[in-house]
Amino acid sequence: MNTESRLEKILASGELAVTSECGPPRGALPEKVKEKSALLKDHVDGINVTDNQTAMVRMSSFAAAVIIKQMGLDPIMQMVARDRNRLAMQSDIIGAYAFGINTMLCLSGDHAKFGDHPMAQGVFDLDSVQMINMVRRMRDEETFQGGAKIDGAPKMFIGAAANPFADPFELRVMRLAKKIKAGVDFIQTQCIFNLDKFEEWMKGVTDRGLDEKVHILAGITPMKSVGMARYMKNKVPGMDIPDAVIKRLEGVSKEQQPEEGIKMAVESIERIKAIKGVHGFHIMAIEWEEKVPQIVEQAGLYPRPAV
Amino acid sequence: MITAEQKPIQEIIQYIAPYSRILLVGCNECVTVCAAGGRKEVGLLASALHLNSLKQGKTIDIKEITLERQCDPEYVEELAPYIDGADAVVSMACGCGVQSVAGRFKTSPVFPAVNTRFMGASLGQGVWAERCKGCGDCVLGITGGICPVARCSKHLFNGPCGGTSNGQCEISPDVDCAWRLIWERLKELGMENRYEDLMNAKDWRPGGAAGPGKIIREDLAQ
Repeated sequence: MNTESRLEKILASGELAVTSECGPPRGALPEKVKEKSALLKDHVDGINVTDNQTAMVRMSSFAAAVIIKQMGLDPIMQMVARDRNRLAMQSDIIGAYAFGINTMLCLSGDHAKFGDHPMAQGVFDLDSVQMINMVRRMRDEETFQGGAKIDGAPKMFIGAAANPFADPFELRVMRLAKKIKAGVDFIQTQCIFNLDKFEEWMKGVTDRGLDEKVHILAGITPMKSVGMARYMKNKVPGMDIPDAVIKRLEGVSKEQQPEEGIKMAVESIERIKAIKGVHGFHIMAIEWEEKVPQIVEQAGLYPRPAV
Repeated sequence: MITAEQKPIQEIIQYIAPYSRILLVGCNECVTVCAAGGRKEVGLLASALHLNSLKQGKTIDIKEITLERQCDPEYVEELAPYIDGADAVVSMACGCGVQSVAGRFKTSPVFPAVNTRFMGASLGQGVWAERCKGCGDCVLGITGGICPVARCSKHLFNGPCGGTSNGQCEISPDVDCAWRLIWERLKELGMENRYEDLMNAKDWRPGGAAGPGKIIREDLAQ
């Protein structure tokens, strides 16, 4: 065990882990963070706190993670390479760890073009792989990226993302291998709708034995409506939504679509549970956090184990 | 080469509004090749400015000169005989040329007529694309001859990110994913195994992080 992370303890115990996420508000509204997190609290082992997701300015992931930590819960602080250079990253990591935040996710970040400040200069001083490596060295070698010793090194359990659906597909296992080489502990995947392709990717992962070096949490997103499915198919970069998903949602009335979406999410979890190398689920119910407990319960992942 | 595009004519007109004698200076190097500020463009801009001043009922005197290289003091010196006859200089060179002229003639206002865009290569008639960021520590030898700094929208050294779609960058279907190109090229070269080499955090100092760049060749400098 490298850290005090609850997620690490769950994964080490061999149980399937469950994480979910909380997008911070676009304003100084701490109660919004508390409301969203309270919905998730008994049903997950960690709550991802997104970092200016889709390049829209929001309350910082650090601040929202502190609020969640102070509720006695387990935030997973996301950090994107887009908005910070290595100095800012490291000071935030130390600061977060000083507040007891011990789990984080290293990401490149969506391009600023997609957000509300498309005129902003992206930083990208490091990429996500280099960020992983920096956080690992801060933890294991107690040194800053620049080489100096840290007095009070932050012991982060280090996560990253993987998108099995972006192309070139043949690179997707290799890029995971690079993140493992850099020192990542766990992976949360892009939302999985194309299960055949996910199985193919996982086969590539297990064929190389990478599942023994990293914990993979499968990304699950319930569709609220057929409109959301179409939007994700056409507008969200790197998303793979098979036509069958859209057809199935079209096949039920508008009022029944949310329930159908949840049913599909639960079915996906059931199927993915059987895939070798999957160690848990990351449930991203976008602005629909109240449905996470239902999904976790129906998927047989409740109650969460005590560690 | 350095690429540039002419500024909107209204912006140039605003710069020179207080002046009636203009020295309009082109450059025979990069801006000629990218058709932004060579002899031809100097002539066209002079005509446009004349036309505008006629419309305003004013007269304007424009002296047109195109230097061999506006970023070189030896050629900038050729402007000396004309500088006193002008109230202002309009430069159609890249930012390097504009500053060379402004640095030499300290009492003459110098205005840029082009926006300097990037270091690029020609893809065909009338098309130029960015190829180099001048990062000062070239990695093309390990990325199959395709630059991740200039051509990946997030300048990732260990790409591609998760936004690639149909081989194109997440920012636009018109932009190739640089890491897709790198991967294809590594395969063509039989160097696929190099892909999993970690590329370490970049030292940005040679590319500008250490302050304005300067090269001094002791063997050549006097």
